[in-house]
Amino acid sequence: MSDTTTTTTERAPAVYVPSAEALATVLAPGARPPRPSALGASLTFGWRAMLKIKHVPEQLFDVTAFPIIMVLMFTYLFGGALAGSPREYLQFFLPGIMVTSVVMITMYTGVGLNTDIEKGIFDRFRTLPVWRPAALVGMIFGDVLRYILAAVVILGLGLVLGFRPEGGVVGVVVGIGLLVVFSFAFSWVWTFFGLILRSEKSVMGVSMMVLFPLTFLSNVFVEPSTMPGWLQAFVKVNPVTQLVAAIRGAMSGESDPSATMWLLLWSAGFVLVFGTLTMYKYNRR
Amino acid sequence: MSRRTTGLAIEAEGLTRSFGDTRALAGIDLQVPAGTVYGLLGPNGAGKTTAVRVLATLLRPDGGSARVFGHDVVTEADKVRSRVSLTGQYASVDEDLTGTENLVLLARLLGLPKPAARERAAALLAAFGLTEASDRQVKKYSGGMRRRIDIAASILNTPDLLFLDEPTTGLDPRSRNQVWEIVRAVVSHGTTVLLTTQYLDEADQLAGRIAVVDHGRVIAEGTPGELKSSVGSGTVHLRLRDPAQRPEAERVLREALDVPVQLAADPVALTARVGEAGTDLDASAQAARVLSDLARAGIVVDNFSLGQPSLDEVFLALTDHPAVPAGERDDELEAAR
Repeated sequence: MSDTTTTTTERAPAVYVPSAEALATVLAPGARPPRPSALGASLTFGWRAMLKIKHVPEQLFDVTAFPIIMVLMFTYLFGGALAGSPREYLQFFLPGIMVTSVVMITMYTGVGLNTDIEKGIFDRFRTLPVWRPAALVGMIFGDVLRYILAAVVILGLGLVLGFRPEGGVVGVVVGIGLLVVFSFAFSWVWTFFGLILRSEKSVMGVSMMVLFPLTFLSNVFVEPSTMPGWLQAFVKVNPVTQLVAAIRGAMSGESDPSATMWLLLWSAGFVLVFGTLTMYKYNRR
Repeated sequence: MSRRTTGLAIEAEGLTRSFGDTRALAGIDLQVPAGTVYGLLGPNGAGKTTAVRVLATLLRPDGGSARVFGHDVVTEADKVRSRVSLTGQYASVDEDLTGTENLVLLARLLGLPKPAARERAAALLAAFGLTEASDRQVKKYSGGMRRRIDIAASILNTPDLLFLDEPTTGLDPRSRNQVWEIVRAVVSHGTTVLLTTQYLDEADQLAGRIAVVDHGRVIAEGTPGELKSSVGSGTVHLRLRDPAQRPEAERVLREALDVPVQLAADPVALTARVGEAGTDLDASAQAARVLSDLARAGIVVDNFSLGQPSLDEVFLALTDHPAVPAGERDDELEAAR
């Protein structure tokens, strides 16, 4: 905390006396500007998200410290047992833990939306004559930056620990790109829950219930071939499995077109279904 | 060049809205003439906030219809939104952002290019006495400053209709007067203002017409003068030195005013209405007569005051029940979310 001495600036504030003339000048209605484009409005809302990061930098904690802990913890916990050494394991595991961390972070979209609505600021946004989804799209744009940051932090740490992607720079960039596409799409699940649930806490609760099985019952930690058949069946259809397979493919230089296609279909589906549900709820609150 | 509009700014017929078992609006009819301040007066939980949220396109009504400048609030919501602004009871700006950032953000969303948005924000902050606080986060503002930035944000594009939901609740008297001055300036410019309030004197100060709302219905409508004359324009409160003189004081009051006299729990206090419709004297003249009659009867008065009827007295007169006790407030707000 840095504001230990703010009270010294509070000395005898000048009293504001509203002046009719001053108010008249700002009330003079100029010509109304044309309404901003859908993209323009979304980017402006994205700018708001960036300003919030500037003023509340603590919120970057969960995209930096949390992923670092996840990588270190699981690499050294499972590495020796599953792959002979942490370094060996990392070649398999790093794309997976990147997906796990970023997909878990997507839930903050719902938490953030719920908090904003609770505070009342969305009443203002919803009475603005702009493209309706802009406030939510902009919010997710801001979150996408956080996803990229988290992915880069994990990649950096992975490289330090000995991760050596065969796919080179291109493969890594494509992999992170796929992750961002999926996370953008998946965020719409949380905007929906952020709108229908009563409190920040319940959003967290539901998110955890969805995210834990989704990320752990996948190919992130171990090869699915070691699992019982009924579990394999779930793991196979889990979008996180497709995502991890696609990213592993891209980063190792042996792209996996089938997984990539499934991942893009899942992403389109999330936007279509949960984007529509979100906007339905958003318009009818 | 003010954008004066004629005719009706708001027409609502039979608006209903329920939240579960709570009937927030039970059939509201409103006609708000353009270019005026219209007051929705009522206690917490009466349905004022719900009505405003329906008219501002934030909430769909279950039944009935409403038009703002002729546009239906449900089917032509976008047209309504381009002409209205809402200053709600809660944060209507982002507390984490500075004053400037908030106004620039909203100006950009209204379509201004960045330099013009910065200029507009600076001009508004100056006119609202917030220049010094412009680079401070809004969460560090005082209550009065908060309200001012809320209202400044609402007039970025001077709206044709401004909704102010309890704009002075929780403000100190000086900040409240500032808000009143701002509202007067806004309306003198041709903007219609729909104001909700729990305070009769606020509605009286600002509004050309008032609708009294109770249990989701309009129970009385008219100019402040008409409403008050239905209640009596004032109340005298007396405190005597000697409690033994109270029965005698009560008799003097009843004879002088020809109205029922209320005996308070406090054994030296009495109250009575003055300025009832149909009497030939106004409230102050009646009060003066009461005072001299009491002196002539040898009754010693320690404290004498003449005040406006309170919202409670208006409600008693109109509904035979007092304004709903606080506590229902949270229900309505919760339900309105």
